[in-house]
Amino acid sequence: MAFPHRHDLETTTLLSRHMGEEEARHLDTWLERGGYEGLRKALTMEPEEIVQVVKDSGLRGRGGAGFPTGMKWSFMPGADDDRPHYLCCNADESEPGAFKDREVLRWSPHLLIEGCMIAARAIRARHAYIYIRGEFFPVLPILNRAVSDAYREGYLGEGIMGSGWSCDLTVHVGAGAYIAGEETGLMASLEGRRAEPRVKPPFPAQVGIFGQPTTVNNVETLAAVPMILTNGAEWYRQWGTEKSPGTKLWCCSGHLNRPGNYEMALGVPLKDILFDVCGGIPEGRAVRAVIPGGSSTAYLTPDELDCETTYEGLKEAGSSLGTASPIVMDESTCLLRATRRIAQFYAHESCGQCVQCREGTEWVTEILTRIEHGDGRMEDIDTLYDLCEQLTGRTICVLADSVVFPLKSSLDKFRDEYEAHILRDTCTAT
Amino acid sequence: MSEELHPSVAGAQPYMREERQGSGTTDEPLFESDEGRERLEKIRSRYPSARPALLPLLNYAQEKNGWVSTRAMEEIAGALDLTPACVHSVATFYTMYNKRPVGRYLIQVCTNISCHLNRGDDVLERFLEETGTRPGETSENGLFTVVEAECLGACGFATVVQINEDYVENVTPEKVPDIVDALWARAEGRDA
Repeated sequence: MAFPHRHDLETTTLLSRHMGEEEARHLDTWLERGGYEGLRKALTMEPEEIVQVVKDSGLRGRGGAGFPTGMKWSFMPGADDDRPHYLCCNADESEPGAFKDREVLRWSPHLLIEGCMIAARAIRARHAYIYIRGEFFPVLPILNRAVSDAYREGYLGEGIMGSGWSCDLTVHVGAGAYIAGEETGLMASLEGRRAEPRVKPPFPAQVGIFGQPTTVNNVETLAAVPMILTNGAEWYRQWGTEKSPGTKLWCCSGHLNRPGNYEMALGVPLKDILFDVCGGIPEGRAVRAVIPGGSSTAYLTPDELDCETTYEGLKEAGSSLGTASPIVMDESTCLLRATRRIAQFYAHESCGQCVQCREGTEWVTEILTRIEHGDGRMEDIDTLYDLCEQLTGRTICVLADSVVFPLKSSLDKFRDEYEAHILRDTCTAT
Repeated sequence: MSEELHPSVAGAQPYMREERQGSGTTDEPLFESDEGRERLEKIRSRYPSARPALLPLLNYAQEKNGWVSTRAMEEIAGALDLTPACVHSVATFYTMYNKRPVGRYLIQVCTNISCHLNRGDDVLERFLEETGTRPGETSENGLFTVVEAECLGACGFATVVQINEDYVENVTPEKVPDIVDALWARAEGRDA
């Protein structure tokens, strides 16, 4: 497995500090690096105090939606609720373009275990599950060893770190379904069912796995928690902006000289990440389009890359931070073909519950394929716009909306590409 | 494995083992051995009810036999007090369960967007040529099954190919013949 992170560039290494260090995977060497200090502190705190620190830090969910983590935890019932509470760590990383959680899992497994235990204490859970996507086989021996060691040495299980507090952790492996990354789909899958999302409310904090109060947090979110507990909320806020504090792992792929993972303080201009950190486009070619937050986010044009990389900045630019996974396409890219490939993915992964999604994603793919093969008609563009309407906000989950962002932005911003294919059976890519 | 398997990770063992795949139609019973019963008990102990053990047990069936047969689904249904139809409906939802035996080397080529931009389609084409198969079909010698995969979550190292449990990254069409040759050599070495 290649290691992507580069320390010789202007990156910030908080989450990724020990990535690439094989020995940091082991408990004893992890402890030498300050491991489990955040949990030690959390064990002296009441759940509400832990929630408050994370609220004050401004940490936001790193799985794509960017919801404030401390607030999500505060939705869980309090001490007067005697039902069992659960934590689910979403390690079902599967958004095309994203490859950050795998790095946390395979290089710093104890960081994640510690984050899970702090979160579990904050939400009064006695059992945490790490739901990891099936394909990540090479990660399993590393994570399983870390979990087994943590149990043996008293960092998991009964009376954690000599305290009176106990919590279990179980690694649960999926079997290939993108939709299991959606939080209610994940819960269904963990319960041994098809990973079919369900309508909210009730929200997981009221009715989650096994019908009990549950919080679902992304790997990178939980990995950020220990350092916040150790160093405090103000310390964490020295990186990033007021509304988007901290650092973020960026997953850069596509046409780049140095694709890979880079941890950056939130807020630097997107073009600095792409051109300075990632070294720009190979062979001096020009950029044609960038999808900034994973394949379910809207295209940006080359003159929109000045935007700051915060949740607000990318929204203002008409797209989304998503999973912070820019996919760069140079001038040789046919955007019709690229969009067709994205649509094909969502059609494949639709769980099939909602008619609009099941039929619509397939229909979009068919029309784009037909245009690509030179059999397009001008009215196809209107049909695609109409489909964008039909696929927005009408389904149980946002998988259908996910195809609309790249599709509609490609129609709006690169209409010439569609027209060239339809009218002249040519492509505007060079 | 010398160290005892902790119950917390008993349902999280890799389940595309080279030595199990490509073994024809091996379909051993899952829970007749001590090892199988122990695994079942450890997995079940981690959940408040029976059904959440379903995916871990389907994983175990594939780990053991290289695929998940209808018979294995029925055995799991019996162990968890579910109907076979219920187990079947879940097993068929997830793409990683081999519902029929595959070749010794299951080669999954990602052609999703980041790999697509880095010649993933050509890589897939080349694997099919070199193994003389069509997508999803197993080569006559039982060694290779090549399929197109959706995003494998390693987009910065496109094109990404998963061969059984291993990731092979930064694959170009030019590298494919060597990869296939190496698999041939591995298979022959083990047969010798």
